[in-house]
Amino acid sequence: MLLEGRELGFYYDRGIWIFRGVNLAVHSGEIVGLTGPSGCGKTTLARVLAGYDRPVEGNVTIDGRAIPESGHHPVQMLFQHPERAVNPRWRLRRTLTEGWKPDGELLESLGVRKKWLDRWPNELSAGELQRICIARALGPETRFLIADEMTAMLDAVAQAQIWHAVLDAAWKRKLGLLVISHDRHLLRRLCDRVQPWDGF
Amino acid sequence: MKCSRAETTVPQRSKQKRGWPFVALLEVQNLTVSFLRYAGGFRRQTVRVIEGIDLSIDQGEILAVIGASGAGKSLLAHALIGILPDNAKVSGTIRYLGETLDAAKLAAIRGKEIAFVPQSVACLDPLMRVGTQVRWAVRGKDPIEEQRHAFRRYRLAENVERMYPYQLSGGMARRVLLSTATVSGARLIVADEPTPGVHPDDLNEVLCRMRELADEGCAVLLITHDLESALSIADRVAVFYAGTVVETAPSADFSGDGERLRHPYSRALWRALPQNDFAPIAGTQPEPGELPAGCPFAPRCPLATSACENERPELRAVRGGTVRCIHAS
Repeated sequence: MLLEGRELGFYYDRGIWIFRGVNLAVHSGEIVGLTGPSGCGKTTLARVLAGYDRPVEGNVTIDGRAIPESGHHPVQMLFQHPERAVNPRWRLRRTLTEGWKPDGELLESLGVRKKWLDRWPNELSAGELQRICIARALGPETRFLIADEMTAMLDAVAQAQIWHAVLDAAWKRKLGLLVISHDRHLLRRLCDRVQPWDGF
Repeated sequence: MKCSRAETTVPQRSKQKRGWPFVALLEVQNLTVSFLRYAGGFRRQTVRVIEGIDLSIDQGEILAVIGASGAGKSLLAHALIGILPDNAKVSGTIRYLGETLDAAKLAAIRGKEIAFVPQSVACLDPLMRVGTQVRWAVRGKDPIEEQRHAFRRYRLAENVERMYPYQLSGGMARRVLLSTATVSGARLIVADEPTPGVHPDDLNEVLCRMRELADEGCAVLLITHDLESALSIADRVAVFYAGTVVETAPSADFSGDGERLRHPYSRALWRALPQNDFAPIAGTQPEPGELPAGCPFAPRCPLATSACENERPELRAVRGGTVRCIHAS
């Protein structure tokens, strides 16, 4: 499968282009890195690819076809601040299972503890919440994963642990991965290729 | 100046050259912090979050505090400047220039002798222009001049001083917080994660400035999870795990395979960096309130023996550093 963004352009309501003419392709089983200066629009591009925002110009396709508007979105995104990606009024069990029911093996490999699931988001650390968000995103219908500074808040041991679990799951399911990061060492370690930002 | 995080070039450990006398500015002995919390109904429970910390910082020195997220690094900072919540209990001694600090003395020197850079950019007053906030921290000099000088140093444009916090990006807000601490003329700066969200170009400036402050005779306690940045400026590194300092080591020991490090967790942390082996270790850090009786790292440790599980290892001096591990030599 091929996730492709062609000639993508985006602006919010004031009409100042955040980026224009961005081309990006990720194949299944491929890990692509994306890097660029802060505030250049990497996160916005990720949001467009994952269907949170509609591009003003260009289109996002999978194998040449538009992505259906309803049902499980095949492109799932993981955010830098997981505390903002979960409902603060839901216990984490409900958040974890809102898309599918992750199996015990996956939860174990990600280091998710059973007792976290009966707690509220404000009772867990960012690293713990991120593990739950990853499990939530790895549903059976997920084909591509976008990791936007997914482990920037974590210590090196937790970062390596989480990435090994994600790479393992991605390899088993032949997912395509887009990794957004400032850490060139991390990108060099993870990615098949790194695409520099060409939005402007 | 265009450089990325890894190419950061800052004056390396120039302390010795400048010949600052090694006077311990701050000494922490057996610091323990516990929280009293309700565990359902009226049952109350005491949870130890920091246990038996011994640290010292000399004038002219940068001590980096690194370690697992949730290990209690921020709580250490909050304890040092006395802003823990009311349900926290602190025991142990904190000495500043040889004098034991109690709550009243600490309150008297906080902001004058000890400055704090908080982790959250939400600590700025949302209703006050940031220039004014920085000027408040200035002592004994011209506030406007000092604030403008600091902003120029951190490459904040002139119009930034008239802005409100909501108008700043994350990286700009960080630099405003740093300005507040550096204009205060404090002799000890406690910086809690001052760098996330700061652009690599500006990161270099922030790190350089901290090294300069230390070279001028300040002591800096730099709490961070960015080991690479910390190593580029710090003299010594304290490694935190599960509420305690498992090792303090000279920065230079973080090199190669980490064979010079004393504690297995420090080695695991070093080898987990993507530029090293990217090797994870299994398991997670035990939570406060569930600490094992023995060494807190024993359940994940490749060297663990039954002796590790019975007793908490004492802090020992080993090869110019300290370590809490019975296997270190």
